[in-house]
Amino acid sequence: MSTVPSLPFDPASVPHVDQVGVEERASGLGKRSIKKEAKKAGIRLAISMIDLTTLEGKDSEGKVRQLCRKAIQPMPGDPSVPHVAAVCVYPNLVPVAKDALAGSGVKVASVSTGFPAGLVPLPVKIEDTRRAVAMGADEIDMVIDRGAFLSGDYAKVSSEILAVKDACGDAHLKVILETGELETYDNVRKASHLAMAAGADFIKTSTGKVAPAATPAVVLVMLEAIRDFYLDTGKRIGMKPAGGIKTSKQALHLLVLVKETLGDAWLTPDLFRLGASTLTNDLLMQLTKEMTGSYQNEDYFTKD
Amino acid sequence: MSTIVEEKTGKRQAAEKFESERPRLEFGGAWEYSPAPESKDHVRIEKRYGVFIGGKFVPPKSKKYFETINPATEEVLSEVAEGGAEDVDAAVRAAEEAHRKRWSKLAPAERGKYIYRIARMIQEKSRELAVLESMNGGKPIKESRDVDVPLALAHFFYHAGWADKLEYAFPRHTVSSIGVCGQIIPWNFPLLMAAWKIAPALACGNTVVLKPAETTPLTSLALAKICQEADLPPGVVNIVPGAGETGAHVVNHPRVRKVAFTGSTEVGKIIQRAIAGTGKRLTLELGGKAANILFEDAPLDQAVEGIINGIYFNQGHVCCAGSRLLVQESVAERVLGKLERRIATLRLGDPLDKNTDVGAINSKMQLEKIRELVACGVEEGAEIHQSSCAIPARGFFFPPTFFTGVAQSHRIAREEIFGPVLAVMTFRTPEEAVEKANNIPYGLSAGVWTDKGSKIFKITSKMKAGVVWANTFNKFDPSSPFGGYKESGFGREGGVHGLRAYVELS
Repeated sequence: MSTVPSLPFDPASVPHVDQVGVEERASGLGKRSIKKEAKKAGIRLAISMIDLTTLEGKDSEGKVRQLCRKAIQPMPGDPSVPHVAAVCVYPNLVPVAKDALAGSGVKVASVSTGFPAGLVPLPVKIEDTRRAVAMGADEIDMVIDRGAFLSGDYAKVSSEILAVKDACGDAHLKVILETGELETYDNVRKASHLAMAAGADFIKTSTGKVAPAATPAVVLVMLEAIRDFYLDTGKRIGMKPAGGIKTSKQALHLLVLVKETLGDAWLTPDLFRLGASTLTNDLLMQLTKEMTGSYQNEDYFTKD
Repeated sequence: MSTIVEEKTGKRQAAEKFESERPRLEFGGAWEYSPAPESKDHVRIEKRYGVFIGGKFVPPKSKKYFETINPATEEVLSEVAEGGAEDVDAAVRAAEEAHRKRWSKLAPAERGKYIYRIARMIQEKSRELAVLESMNGGKPIKESRDVDVPLALAHFFYHAGWADKLEYAFPRHTVSSIGVCGQIIPWNFPLLMAAWKIAPALACGNTVVLKPAETTPLTSLALAKICQEADLPPGVVNIVPGAGETGAHVVNHPRVRKVAFTGSTEVGKIIQRAIAGTGKRLTLELGGKAANILFEDAPLDQAVEGIINGIYFNQGHVCCAGSRLLVQESVAERVLGKLERRIATLRLGDPLDKNTDVGAINSKMQLEKIRELVACGVEEGAEIHQSSCAIPARGFFFPPTFFTGVAQSHRIAREEIFGPVLAVMTFRTPEEAVEKANNIPYGLSAGVWTDKGSKIFKITSKMKAGVVWANTFNKFDPSSPFGGYKESGFGREGGVHGLRAYVELS
């Protein structure tokens, strides 16, 4: 029996999304001109929101330890650059990350529930989650069963999220919708409401294994869902775009979407994250350019 | 008596408590955008401009000049000639001679080449023209850069293509030009309206005398310079700045064969009276009071964006602005909440800042008119909702505003405000929505918002408006005809329909 209460979800009450309109609005906000102080502040903010990620079959202890060092101190020798929000790894590497990040303030996030497809029995998903939490994960990134969602079995998707949330205990739960497989904005909006009602602390666009991933329009649709859910319930749900975010320009565009859709309260790593593996260096490169006036050779930034 | 008062106070306190505890979004300074002004260094503005007649800028015979300002700063930008009767006469004669001797005799493909050249030169000078448009008219640079200038040059490109294909536009007819066209344009889209007028006239073999609006002559004069640099035969395009009197000289000149006017319904009626019986052809594109009909099954967030775009684009100085919102009662509260939150994020200020959404009101006179009508809305009992954005100390600005509790009989629901002011009314059934939307002397544009395709076809076909948008608003294309029903005017601009006003068919 679950100890976590969920809110009712009525698919018929979810607002429709017009594709042309939402894409126009999202790309319009991409034209905001972010210069000088705003650019520096935006880049620092973006760094502090990164979930530095490695999710490869060849991930090893050595790789994860190096990544954790980068997470704690993205710019060696410049303590004014903040640490990232979290390091995101497969469950087996959670203890390594936990140890490497001890006392740093950087959280450990683990993917779970048969990531990335999520097509394993529910008890396996629950066990996967429990073990990741037991090994030290502060945050769990679960995937939804897209097959069930697309076939209209919302109750199954909902109850799985609820069960995983229960298995999380105190760990924060991020629910990955895998928007690239949901295909339509109407589906993205519907899945967002479903996940929030079922108990997600964060909703997340993608696994990073499917393209397209965190497009600006998809992110906007999810932010609008978060906004309406907050206004209806008073609960602030976090947002995590992930997949394909490689440049500072993309990261600042996403921050603009947050600023102008949800406002000040969401401009914090507690409620907004950027799932990325290679974004950090471009942010550092742009930040250095803003401070010194010139671009540096890429070898001035560490590749981990 | 006192118990009623106490009871009311108690209710208000309860309501206030509820309000304060309700979840709300804060759009403050957690991450502020730095100023991002577009540079104006590359914009050349002469100290003084004459009238452009016969391919040359010449001092006006009227000997009169007027100052033109930047409405965002009230700084004087330049002095511009005010054309009198003699100047207009000289311009019309130059145009007539150019028509007789050169332009109407030129091979159509050659005419097309000149128009292509003008289009390309506008494209090359896009940045300069966009900055100049924003400086002189007050519109945000993102609009002049992304809408006005690109559409203006698209209009020239489109019509250049028609120049040698007119016989295909009008099959089974012999097509010839009309002669001198007198064209009067408004201040809301100065360069774009000049393009809408000049491009089709030239493509069809006519010559023009154009009078730009008195508050925004600078981009028309820049266009005159482009005509010069493009080596357009002298007299094909003549530009005579001035106010209403100059316009009257253009309209009343006996050798003008066709008059095209975009502006207020009031002046449109005066023009129609003035040329009655003269045999001159006339097209009028006048005022509007467009309704956006928002049904309960609409994509609400995108509909709200459309409404915002419909009324706050170019500070609401748009003849086809969606200045009335008809929202279905079942979703009214949600939509109004979204609207209220959305206007809080509109950025009002320096038109040259790339992040400005709402710029300056075009003139002091227009600002006073907006203030008067808004005061009237409050007096008549409608509830006002306004963005609390900071208003710059200098220049003419008005915050994004909407009224709720509006009835069809309110002045703000009947009269064209031509400012960033929206009147919101509710409806219950589709029939009621259509009736209310059409129940106005204007008929320029309308918008319908619903996710249901069949409803789009049903409702749009019942709208008495020249342009009806579905699930979008303020979309323009040179190939799409634009024009009004009823007191919004007659004649079409753009597309094959637009060419019809500039040709003689036999």
